[in-house]
Amino acid sequence: MFIPHTDSEREEMLRAIGVESIEALFQDIPEKQRFPQLELPPALKEMEVAQELQTFASINETSNELTSFLGAGAYNHYIPAAVDSILRRGEFYTAYTPYQPEVSQGTLQAIYEYQSLMAALTGMEVSNASHYDGATAAAEAVSMAYHHFRGKRTKMVISNALHPHYRETIRTYHRGSEVKIVEDDKQHSEKFERLADLIDENTALVYVGYPDFFGRLFDLTDIANSTHGAGALFAVSVNPISLGLFKPPGEFGADIVTGEGQPLGIPLSFGGPYLGIFTTRKEHVRRMAGRLVGETIDTRGQRGYVLTLTAREQHIRRERATSNICTNQGLMALAATVYLSLLGSGGLRQVAELCYHKAHYAAEKLTALPGYSLTFPETPFFNEFALRCPRQVKDIIAFLLEHDVLGGYDLGQDYPGMEHDMLVAVTEMNSREEIDLLADRLAEVSYD
Amino acid sequence: MNIPSDLRYTANDEWIKVEGNLGTVGITDYAQEQLSDVVYVEFFVEEGTTIKQGEAFAVVESVKAAADIYSPVSGLVTSINEALMNTPETVNDNPYGEAWMIKLEISNPSELDKLLDASAYEKHCQERAGE
Amino acid sequence: MTEPLIFELSSPGRRGVTFPEPDVPRAPLPVGLTRTILPLPELSEVDVIRHFTRLSQLNHAVDTGFYPLGSCTMKYNPKVNEETCRFPGFLQLHPLQPFITVQGALALMYHLQEMLNEIGGYAATSLQPAAGAHGELTGVLIILAYLRDRGETQRNKILIPDSAHGTNPATSSMSGLTVVQIPSDKRGNVDLEALRAECDDTLAGLMITNPNTLGLFDEHLGEICHAVHQAGGLVYGDGANLNAIMGISRPADCGIDVMHFNLHKTFSTPHGGGGPGSGPVGVAQHLVDYLPGPIVDIIEKSDDDLPPLFSFVTPPKSIGRVKAFHGHFGVFVRAFTYILMHGADGLRRVSEHAVLNANYLRVHLRERYRIPYDRVCMHEFVAEGHWPDAPDVHALDISKRLMDFGFHPPTNYFPLIVPEALMIEPTETESKATLDAFIDAMGQIADEARNNPERLKGAPHKTPFGRLDEVKAARELVLCCQLTEGPAQSEGA
Repeated sequence: MFIPHTDSEREEMLRAIGVESIEALFQDIPEKQRFPQLELPPALKEMEVAQELQTFASINETSNELTSFLGAGAYNHYIPAAVDSILRRGEFYTAYTPYQPEVSQGTLQAIYEYQSLMAALTGMEVSNASHYDGATAAAEAVSMAYHHFRGKRTKMVISNALHPHYRETIRTYHRGSEVKIVEDDKQHSEKFERLADLIDENTALVYVGYPDFFGRLFDLTDIANSTHGAGALFAVSVNPISLGLFKPPGEFGADIVTGEGQPLGIPLSFGGPYLGIFTTRKEHVRRMAGRLVGETIDTRGQRGYVLTLTAREQHIRRERATSNICTNQGLMALAATVYLSLLGSGGLRQVAELCYHKAHYAAEKLTALPGYSLTFPETPFFNEFALRCPRQVKDIIAFLLEHDVLGGYDLGQDYPGMEHDMLVAVTEMNSREEIDLLADRLAEVSYD
Repeated sequence: MNIPSDLRYTANDEWIKVEGNLGTVGITDYAQEQLSDVVYVEFFVEEGTTIKQGEAFAVVESVKAAADIYSPVSGLVTSINEALMNTPETVNDNPYGEAWMIKLEISNPSELDKLLDASAYEKHCQERAGE
Repeated sequence: MTEPLIFELSSPGRRGVTFPEPDVPRAPLPVGLTRTILPLPELSEVDVIRHFTRLSQLNHAVDTGFYPLGSCTMKYNPKVNEETCRFPGFLQLHPLQPFITVQGALALMYHLQEMLNEIGGYAATSLQPAAGAHGELTGVLIILAYLRDRGETQRNKILIPDSAHGTNPATSSMSGLTVVQIPSDKRGNVDLEALRAECDDTLAGLMITNPNTLGLFDEHLGEICHAVHQAGGLVYGDGANLNAIMGISRPADCGIDVMHFNLHKTFSTPHGGGGPGSGPVGVAQHLVDYLPGPIVDIIEKSDDDLPPLFSFVTPPKSIGRVKAFHGHFGVFVRAFTYILMHGADGLRRVSEHAVLNANYLRVHLRERYRIPYDRVCMHEFVAEGHWPDAPDVHALDISKRLMDFGFHPPTNYFPLIVPEALMIEPTETESKATLDAFIDAMGQIADEARNNPERLKGAPHKTPFGRLDEVKAARELVLCCQLTEGPAQSEGA
């Protein structure tokens, strides 16, 4: 199949090595543990395996077969065909980390372009070559802040309205360290007063979402100033599509911007692989974990690109490295690069506007129904909003599913007391008819 | 390889020049050659920091290595060579002069006795080269 | 041969893709929050396709040629994997859909967990970690959670052999552990005496790569694990080199308590130019409760009429999530496809031929290159890229010259315990003809090292780019293009 050896070649190779059989190459393994009989399903031919996998796939009900209003950190956007056409080039996807720049300029230049695009999009000065996803990028931002203060400031003030998975990932990453995570406890508060109260002289980092988990957009000027007033770093987690329309965190004075890059041309794919965006200011570049590509020239005077600042990485610094990250999310970063190149500033703005207008149409339509209202009526939002419902959200979601509608996300799962609040996401993929259909179905849901 | 006779050395390739109770510290010619092209110098200390003998006070990076730099003696840091942060290549060009790293007031002069003199350090370098 | 930057190809007003006008009324935008400048490039679709196609042509990849990059397992990536992972029934699933709507995806994850358990000998596996290093962090956090749960707060020391990947010590210090390095013995094994001397009641565990980075199966693996267990520590296995031992030996049977798998190495999922990887973590029975959640389990057994019902469950003492959602599902589909195509015998054949290929290269290359630990190797081995009678030639020069022959170089300067290391991993998917061509090229390079060293020092000659100035890149640190400058001239394209 994928092993090209003929019997005679195998014999010849064994003779060259000087052993009788392939088994003889494994004498270093104690006999008791050698050649276990694995119990795995019998091997399938390519045709059979394609059919078998199709069977697994067909059992699922996809976001396209259902009418979906599910977001909560992963969004159903249109992906132009050209994106996957580039991703399927073997020269990109069957290469590895560009350790040898002379034969890796394609990957290196694409990453350099990715870095440039991310810096431009977030309004920051430098970007790394990406992290695994939005959650791990957030955890790395916390590590960076800790190392920025050389461990002298240990408190991380994190908005309770940052994605629950990101907050949990941050806590997992820092289980073994002396980092202290504190969150504000009032997700219902529409300002950052409670968060600002938590900032003190031991605070290394203040972290907020923009839009936050509830889809809300705040003017970050005041919280950025409070943070900097205490000498701490200010980090913002973004949805990159929203930055086609809204002020980038760099303009609010953010020191670190992270985010989930999935909306930029990456399929939902049941949660991954996605893309961790990480940008910062140039002064912090050496504490930023992850791969980094820089411009240089070759011996022939041509402009080219190399992995740079590698001496701060794990393979050289070993136990002194500030992160163990080895790879980036190369192919996903390429997807985002191709996506943004195709859309340009006009296209990205158009997608962001479509999301915004359709979400606002949905909000208006749904809140006109008796028993429904916005959970946060005073705050601007992007493409997602919390809807207060007349019944428990878990019942509403089950009801909608009977009508082939994927309702939103049940906020009660993460926020006690919000069992009646549903997070509804709308993208350019949702038509007016779909939104009207959702409204019709929700109108059928009566009070408890 | 340049090993000035008026300096004292550590086995980790730092040098110290002693004038009265004042010491000037940097890394040796051997060290800069081992590191190859230095691209970055960062200090962990500032003026007024008290450091102990053997404590790391800076990191020097080349494209292939990163080395922590340790203080040969204990003392109070009186100045650091901030210029190196912008011109790290001077560590390669002039390790004993322009690329000094910190100056400090030596708090325990007896620690100097444990350091190597030029000939002992030269021997130390030759031994490693022969490995 | 340079390709202009995408920004340099931009023409204001050009569009690669446009979207329909909104079918809903426009809502007012919030005052003071909208952005004024969005400096992205503007190109047509054909501009974009040509740009990235031309860039792709500057890469060496498994699809273009031999890629014997040690410790990276650059095997062929079957094309059917790329089809199955794109079935709409997988691609268009939202990670937070009700579990009842994603039974096919959950079943796939469950079966993959079970298959990895079987291959490694483990009781349970979490698919969540995103890459090998991420799996390491997960594994070490699991070990710590287990020890802390037993009240053993004094165990803060982790032992790491000097041949280990740099991620091992970096992971340990991220987790707050103190790293103690253990030397290798003369046969390339962990020095057993040095290891035993560190086995005390402060020991949290050992991180071991087996086969190790010299490509050798440690001859004392059982004794090593026993010593660590006796002292109350746990053994972490870096599964980077699993491609040598599928169906040959199960890590858990040898005493390794927790191990990460690299789906992007062993199970043929593509490396993607540096990711996405996938680093599932398998654990022995005593660690099952600590796995990062959620993992997939059967919540209602099958009966005569109905298939089993799958759902996500979080282990009772879970260390918590290590990322958002459930891991790199698209990578799981590829690995699952690969395992299904092989079965137990097929996977054993994979490992057997990976080892056969490596030994075939080893016995031929040792005629011209010093192999410091020259005994039967597993899937890779390490040669020295240096000769006393060609003092100016280094491993790097050999690597660069290999590119002129159409080969990707081996891993350079790793492991650190071999000077001028060339770490060579051919994988099972390479034919004898390819290996012979590589052997010839290495022979010619060994000749040139003596006859024409300048040819090596100036290499590569036939690639689109010559050697790049890494010092300039690091000193000047240009990390993104300056958008304020107008579109530059395209150079020599």
